[in-house]
Amino acid sequence: MRSTPEGVAPLQQPFEEVFGQVILEPDRPEPDFVIGPHGKAAAKRFNVYRNNVTHSLVTALAEIFPATALILGERNFRMIARDFLRANPPRSRLVFEYGHGLPDHLAAFEPIRHLAYLPDVARLERAWLDAYHAADQAPLWPGEISAIPPEALAKTRFTPHPAMRLVRSDYAIHTIFVAHRGGPMPHRIDAGVAENVLVTRPALQVEVRRVEPSQAVFLLALGDGAPLQEAVEWAAKGDPCFDLAAAIGLLIESGAFSACQPATHDED
Amino acid sequence: MARDPIDTSTIHGRFPAFEPAGRAGASFKPQHLEAIAGDPGSIGFLEVHAENYMGAGGPPHAALAKIRAMLPVSLHGVCMSIGGLNPLDQTHLDRFAGLVERYEPFLVSEHLAWSTHDDVFYNDLLPLPYTDGTLARVCEHIDRVQEAIGRPMLLENPSTYVLFAQSTWTETDFLREIVRRTGCGLLLDINNVFVSATNHGFSATDYLADFPLAHVGEIHLAGHDEQEDDEGAPLLIDSHDRPVADPVWTLYERVIRQCGPITTLVEWDADVPEWPILRSEAAAAERILGAHRQRTGRSMKSHALHS
Repeated sequence: MRSTPEGVAPLQQPFEEVFGQVILEPDRPEPDFVIGPHGKAAAKRFNVYRNNVTHSLVTALAEIFPATALILGERNFRMIARDFLRANPPRSRLVFEYGHGLPDHLAAFEPIRHLAYLPDVARLERAWLDAYHAADQAPLWPGEISAIPPEALAKTRFTPHPAMRLVRSDYAIHTIFVAHRGGPMPHRIDAGVAENVLVTRPALQVEVRRVEPSQAVFLLALGDGAPLQEAVEWAAKGDPCFDLAAAIGLLIESGAFSACQPATHDED
Repeated sequence: MARDPIDTSTIHGRFPAFEPAGRAGASFKPQHLEAIAGDPGSIGFLEVHAENYMGAGGPPHAALAKIRAMLPVSLHGVCMSIGGLNPLDQTHLDRFAGLVERYEPFLVSEHLAWSTHDDVFYNDLLPLPYTDGTLARVCEHIDRVQEAIGRPMLLENPSTYVLFAQSTWTETDFLREIVRRTGCGLLLDINNVFVSATNHGFSATDYLADFPLAHVGEIHLAGHDEQEDDEGAPLLIDSHDRPVADPVWTLYERVIRQCGPITTLVEWDADVPEWPILRSEAAAAERILGAHRQRTGRSMKSHALHS
């Protein structure tokens, strides 16, 4: 059996390694082992692969971050996304898992420093897609909470629903997100208003709602496994007017949790 | 010939059974869900890219479960990286096998290409040299896939833009030998044949004459774009963003005339049109299949790939 055609040296390195070293770098020549037919050049031919890889991933990022792309403008977004993917190519084969590093990349990109809210808008968009693909699970049934004896309530713990995400920001990311993803566009947006956003998917629709800072603290504490009493204490620390009834209502209505475990006797 | 979704039995009792062999289908796009649900009899089957359904849950699975209850589905993997030298990724293989188990596709296919190396995913179907070494590796990978899914898979011929100086096998011989060693079937993408033939200056007809057609379990048709190579000659791009080109229809008609009906998919993955346009492309394939159905009696033969 022939190992290589006559006059051709066998490959010294895995061919994919050589491909990978140059495919994201437009200024480097194509690997010397790729050829055109009948002695033709392979530069433009190899560039088809370069273009496919870059174009498909930039397009994927534009689809994952549509509001971010709208705010930046298509051309700027694609340029930034291209730089991002050359430095951070995907490590997952599932394109919808790509781009978790884009918000930090935006934050570090000097020319858009003035868009201080943008990294958090991108974080919210990424959280939205995580919620979209999260596991299906029925949200907590209100009857489960009302069935808990009052004395056990304080030590009850809650299991976060797989789709639940909380994005806290010093900027008006909920307003900006909604306005750039098909929602109403206000006459003026004051980007400097801090907004905390709860993302849930109780059934098939992803829901995005603004929550009070103390509610965010409360939900995060519960999500981390704190018992109810402790979560309330955390929330009230920052906001003496923290409204527990409203927070419980939010917890149920949003589908942020999927189950609750009343305290066992051991814990009492 | 109208499909009869009522008078059928089931495989595991979860989905209606259908007889899609020798029928024409189309790529499934979520935006077409309602239109298809309103008239499922208008298409023979739907094909999905496996990776789009590898999330844990949510709307993609709800949509796929809905179409699967109405129509036969073929599962087309895009990211297994069968053509790479690295071992297959076990997590990816498990997810792929999980989809086969969950949705009971009537056909399962993947590509003679690679897309991941050392954990970096390039999101494209990249080419490989055809050597004894890559042949052995591809066969190992196909064995592993077939073991994981418990059934044979179809391997698709690629569209390519470059050749490798190190290749010692022709593509058709390479595919034939893979079939012989692994028992897999082939997915013949006739647009890919036309694209590669134009790009590399060989005859698509000669390629098809040498293709192991007896092992073809499915045919793909799609549209392509045209650019120029370094010498200014046409360089075709497998873009899946427009109707099937006339010369591809001509080649297809010849293959069906020779072989009889073979399950055929019209792919459309970018600039996706309204459902009626995609459906009419599939209907055009269905007419060609129908014209040769009576004559050959191959209609029920499909490379024994039904589970």
